[in-house]
Amino acid sequence: MSAANWRGAMNVEPRAHGAPAPAVPARAVGAPPTARPRFKNPVRVRHLLVLAFLLAYPWFSTPFFTYQIGAQALALGLIALSLTFLGGFGGMISLAQMTVAGIAGYMVAIFGTAATDGVSLGWPWWLAVLIGIVLATGAAAFIGWLSVRTEGIYTIMITLAIGVAFYYLVLQNYAIFNGFQGEQKVFPPTLAGIYWRDPTPFYYLTLFWALAGYLFVVYLLRSPFGIALQGIRDNPRRMHALGFNVTAHRVTAYAIAGAIAAVGGVLFTWYNGLVTPGSVGTSWLINILIIAVLGGMRHPVGAFLGAIVFVLLQNFAIDVFDRERFNLVIGVVFLVIVLFSRDGLLGWWSALSVRLSTQRGETRWRSARGRLYAR
Amino acid sequence: MTRFWQWFWALVIGVPIVALSAWGVQDNARLFIVTFLNGLTLASLYFIVASGFTLVFGLMRNVNLAHGSLYLLGGYLGFFAAQFTGSWLLALAAGFAAAAVVGLAMQVSIFRFMPGQDLRQTLVTIALSIVIADCLMWAIGAQVHQMSPPPWLDGPIRNLPVIRAYSTYRLSLLPIGIVIGVALWLFLNRTRVGMMIRAGVDDRAMLAAAGVNVNLVFATTFAIGAGLAGLGGVIGAVELSMVPGEDTRLLLASLVVVIVGGMGSVIGAAIGAAIFGLVETYGLAYVPTYSVVFTFVILVLVLAFRPRGILGRPA
Repeated sequence: MSAANWRGAMNVEPRAHGAPAPAVPARAVGAPPTARPRFKNPVRVRHLLVLAFLLAYPWFSTPFFTYQIGAQALALGLIALSLTFLGGFGGMISLAQMTVAGIAGYMVAIFGTAATDGVSLGWPWWLAVLIGIVLATGAAAFIGWLSVRTEGIYTIMITLAIGVAFYYLVLQNYAIFNGFQGEQKVFPPTLAGIYWRDPTPFYYLTLFWALAGYLFVVYLLRSPFGIALQGIRDNPRRMHALGFNVTAHRVTAYAIAGAIAAVGGVLFTWYNGLVTPGSVGTSWLINILIIAVLGGMRHPVGAFLGAIVFVLLQNFAIDVFDRERFNLVIGVVFLVIVLFSRDGLLGWWSALSVRLSTQRGETRWRSARGRLYAR
Repeated sequence: MTRFWQWFWALVIGVPIVALSAWGVQDNARLFIVTFLNGLTLASLYFIVASGFTLVFGLMRNVNLAHGSLYLLGGYLGFFAAQFTGSWLLALAAGFAAAAVVGLAMQVSIFRFMPGQDLRQTLVTIALSIVIADCLMWAIGAQVHQMSPPPWLDGPIRNLPVIRAYSTYRLSLLPIGIVIGVALWLFLNRTRVGMMIRAGVDDRAMLAAAGVNVNLVFATTFAIGAGLAGLGGVIGAVELSMVPGEDTRLLLASLVVVIVGGMGSVIGAAIGAAIFGLVETYGLAYVPTYSVVFTFVILVLVLAFRPRGILGRPA
């Protein structure tokens, strides 16, 4: 029986006889939920601790840490979350998630207000954001429809080609996308007397949407749709034989991931205050993949873990090495993770905790069963 | 597909192309023919680079996203070899050898240990492409390097009908591409190693069971595929220019060429390269700001009607 079959069997089996969950060290954000009987309250102490930490974070950190580290990691994590959902649970690695995010950002700039008057229509911000997210979701569904026509490794090539094509489009086109300069001064609005670009309000804004996206994905993965999607990831032919419309599920997954990426894209555009061809270029397409793989794709929290590590590296690794050599640092870190871990930081974490609990006398099987992720 | 539909699609695609071509010739014959030649010569370069990509993919199911970086590496080393020795042919050899050695090292030290793990191999090639690109920028800098063509290919050919003059070097790309294509075809179809590679494309496990050292075949293929990228780099260093970012452009070209032509097929790469090169050049000549849209439209059309590319077969 292959690993995929084991996972499939574990999904199908009712968990009524669920063995008591082994004690889990309740420390890190990345701790995956333990196996348990269904319908029990899934909230654990560590979740509340992390939530309390996230809520209190701006009160004890500097504006730099709140904005540059906290808000940026949450916005990037939200975009990476869309890839984790698509790749980890739908089995489709799309490199075009940053393109979808970029489309949302561009649309907000084009329909809303930006420094370039000739291009922007100047509609109210909420309408621009709504249009941006809807159009980006549509674009994501279209990308999905194109790429689900082929399978597996072809997906990565097709989405990369689409992403790079969009990059060249916005680079060469001045009439709509303002070419190399891109759209400057795209800021969040002032609402209820609060300027939402100030570090603390913006941090809470990104935190709200990041939490919403995270909880939405966690919920979705346990819904019938999510279970079917994971079934399709493990064995599309069998799911097809069972009567599931494989293509429709996949395209829907693309659209949902696109909506998440679009929200992240609007936040990231507001964070930067601009959207340029550089922000949808190859390096950013790949950075999103790096973030998702770095954290681990077997649980939605991996996207945010990866984003935190990525942003910390981006801001501090360059102090250790040369300022210009960030790409080298991130490339080597990515290479090491890909070569030595099956599932990013989450993979290392679960390997470590399996080792710790087997040392405490639990069997490997019991311990591994306890590590089963939310699926 | 029945005869009717074949005719139908030939008409639907052919008539607008013929009509547009007629308009182009009538409007400005010189521009039209020069663009045609530019497109074909660019296609020749794309074919050289993409054939290496498709060769590696066909045999090993390895999507080598570091292919663009190997192109850039070969181009830079060819540039310095030309500066050092003054010989363009030696530069070609140096570019080919440098990229082949790096490709061989990648296969022997990394990919050999993760057989059958497509996704992981692809992630590794992405990481390697970042590392190689940044190392090249570190060592060589971000300024533009342009190689001069060899003296015997320098300057224009004069006294041509309609277009009057055309660059000798650009025109020579066409025979170079054809020679490389024919050589590759002969190598794959008329030699023992080529036979093994073709057998491996069809069924790797059976090839290994027949007593062939598959690792050796894989390493050879990877070296040749990477070497073709390096060779393309030296050729492109004259026609285009060497600057960070070109790797992405050639990677996109390789991807589109093999997606359109069919992955793993060398003839498909030639067809894909011809389509992509011509469309890109005509787009740039006639509607500059939207030229990439045409590339995209081709990709969409091919994927919509032939998801595995024009000559693609099920994996």
